[in-house]
Amino acid sequence: MLTAFFFYFAFATVVSSIFTIGFRSPVYCTLALLSTFLHVAGLFVLLHAEFIAAIQIIVYVGAVLVLYLFILMLLDLKSNESFMHKQVWWAVFFGIVIIVEILIGLFKSPIMGKMPVPVSAEEAIGNTQAIGLALFNKYLLPFEVVGLILLGAVIGAMVLAKKVPLKQKAVSAKVE
Amino acid sequence: MDPILPDIQLIAILPEIILALLACGLFVAESFIQREKKEQLGYYAIGALALTLLSTIPLWGKEISTFSGMVVLDSYALFFKTALILISAIIILMSFEYVKIERINLGEYYGVILFATVGMMLMPSANDLLSFYLSLELMSMSLYVLVAFMRKDPKSVESGIKYFLTGVLASGIILYGIAFLYGTSGTTNLGEISVFIKTQEIGSSPSLIMAFILMITGFGFKIAAVPFHMWAPDVYEGAPTPVTAFLSSGSKVAAFSVMLRVFINSFDLNSGSWWQILWIIAVMTMTLGNLVALTQTKLKRMLAYSSIAHAGYLLMGLIAASQIGYAGIMIYLVGYAFMTLGAFTVIVLLCRKNHRGDQISDLAGVARTNPFVGLTFILFALSLIGIPPTAGFVGKLFLFNAAIQGGFYWLAIIGVLNSTVSLYYYFRVVRVMYMDEPAEDLALSFSPGMKIALGFTAGMTLLLGLYPEPIIRAAIDSVKIFL
Repeated sequence: MLTAFFFYFAFATVVSSIFTIGFRSPVYCTLALLSTFLHVAGLFVLLHAEFIAAIQIIVYVGAVLVLYLFILMLLDLKSNESFMHKQVWWAVFFGIVIIVEILIGLFKSPIMGKMPVPVSAEEAIGNTQAIGLALFNKYLLPFEVVGLILLGAVIGAMVLAKKVPLKQKAVSAKVE
Repeated sequence: MDPILPDIQLIAILPEIILALLACGLFVAESFIQREKKEQLGYYAIGALALTLLSTIPLWGKEISTFSGMVVLDSYALFFKTALILISAIIILMSFEYVKIERINLGEYYGVILFATVGMMLMPSANDLLSFYLSLELMSMSLYVLVAFMRKDPKSVESGIKYFLTGVLASGIILYGIAFLYGTSGTTNLGEISVFIKTQEIGSSPSLIMAFILMITGFGFKIAAVPFHMWAPDVYEGAPTPVTAFLSSGSKVAAFSVMLRVFINSFDLNSGSWWQILWIIAVMTMTLGNLVALTQTKLKRMLAYSSIAHAGYLLMGLIAASQIGYAGIMIYLVGYAFMTLGAFTVIVLLCRKNHRGDQISDLAGVARTNPFVGLTFILFALSLIGIPPTAGFVGKLFLFNAAIQGGFYWLAIIGVLNSTVSLYYYFRVVRVMYMDEPAEDLALSFSPGMKIALGFTAGMTLLLGLYPEPIIRAAIDSVKIFL
């Protein structure tokens, strides 16, 4: 039963991520991305990582994608082009070659079959607590660095999107 | 249950903490300073870097591994941290005039440079795939912003988008490689990975090879090695010139420093046939970089291709996989950083109001009106080619020597031939500077900061060439951790 669910979620993730990059219309892309995220959340549930699954849905599906959709609607992008990209067959060809290569590589590796079965995450103390402890103990430094990355990104986005002050605009107009 | 407090020694990342806090302070102070006085923030940033440099002094000679093995502090990391602080300071010095001329004198410019420096400084001491990846992202994220900083200039915005897209793709590929490495070994700690690979004797396992190929691809993007170099010329051309200098020196130094640790520590480069793929990449990088540079008419594009070629020389040290090769990479990286920064400083000098000055012809006759600038440029050109008595010669000597000792004769021969090719295009610029008639309105935008930057880079290029003993000793000392 679990295996069946796993294969469903995994297959749906792959198919919808292919659609995400294959569609021409940005709105379709976003919707396909939404389906990808939802199915990945399903995979997390199967691994007993309920907290991450919930975060995945709340943050990615709930916040990020809705923002994307809003922006797309505000921009009102029109595309009259075909349903899929023109190079889709090239992409399919190379994609299949690479996938087959990776699969052959993986199945020939001595590690296959030797991998320990993943232990369901820390059932004793609960998901949330386990993540909190890991974040602030073992992964303290990466956690702080992520904070810096986000701060830098926010400041950068503001700088790049800031309006040019009126006075300066007048000066540059004169120069031109 | 009681939480177990981890054993954390904050002193291991003391310089980074100081710099990050001071950078945050800069962002706060930014809003209290008038637009005309923004250059005060540049001086503040220089001060912050000086303080950070001072804070590395008590760390010399220490060996610390902390944050559950996420970062290590050793002489190797400190070597690169010191170099990166100096690079960043030079970048800020050469920015003062430039940001005013291009009207991008916002305080955030200096703050984002400091953030990028924090990421770069964390990279050589990252001893875990996770901390290495995140510090790489911190550096790249800040650089994406800096490249697009002239947001009124379509070229800068275009190069920002290009750099962002290729950079994100490269990060994704590195991450995929990390996933394979983690899947194979079950740990992200570089030391444990190396132990696992050696004890399990799976050095030639296909999953490891896949991880290696993916990571070399991702790193190839970051250091602009052929065939992953496509982004470099466009981005180098469009970005603000000091940022271009930062890209070709700082980001390359940091990427190589982390590459050495990841590849030497986790993959066993001495055994197997890892070197074959690196050999092909190195030869292609050197040759294509030098040959295409011959035909460029724009200074920044020419230096972009020359910087691609230099990545090829540097890879030779990794192929040789010996103590002298790794030490050669370290020496060459530092020398290369100073000489390329110097060359970019000369380009920044050409930039005036309403005149970008990035064509080779803009340099016409500069050496006649400003003999000092001409002399320094000759020095940088000699060093970039690898002629004594300059830093470039010492670095190349080590790299070629390592290739020959490792038995890679053809690699060394191709390297030497390539250096000869590069002589032509560097000295074409020198010829233009000395032989051509100067333009009538020729004026260089000198400022105290520019003078210090030019003098310092020229001095270091010469000093490392004439008296290279301290840096050789430091480098050979540092690479002992890998052997």
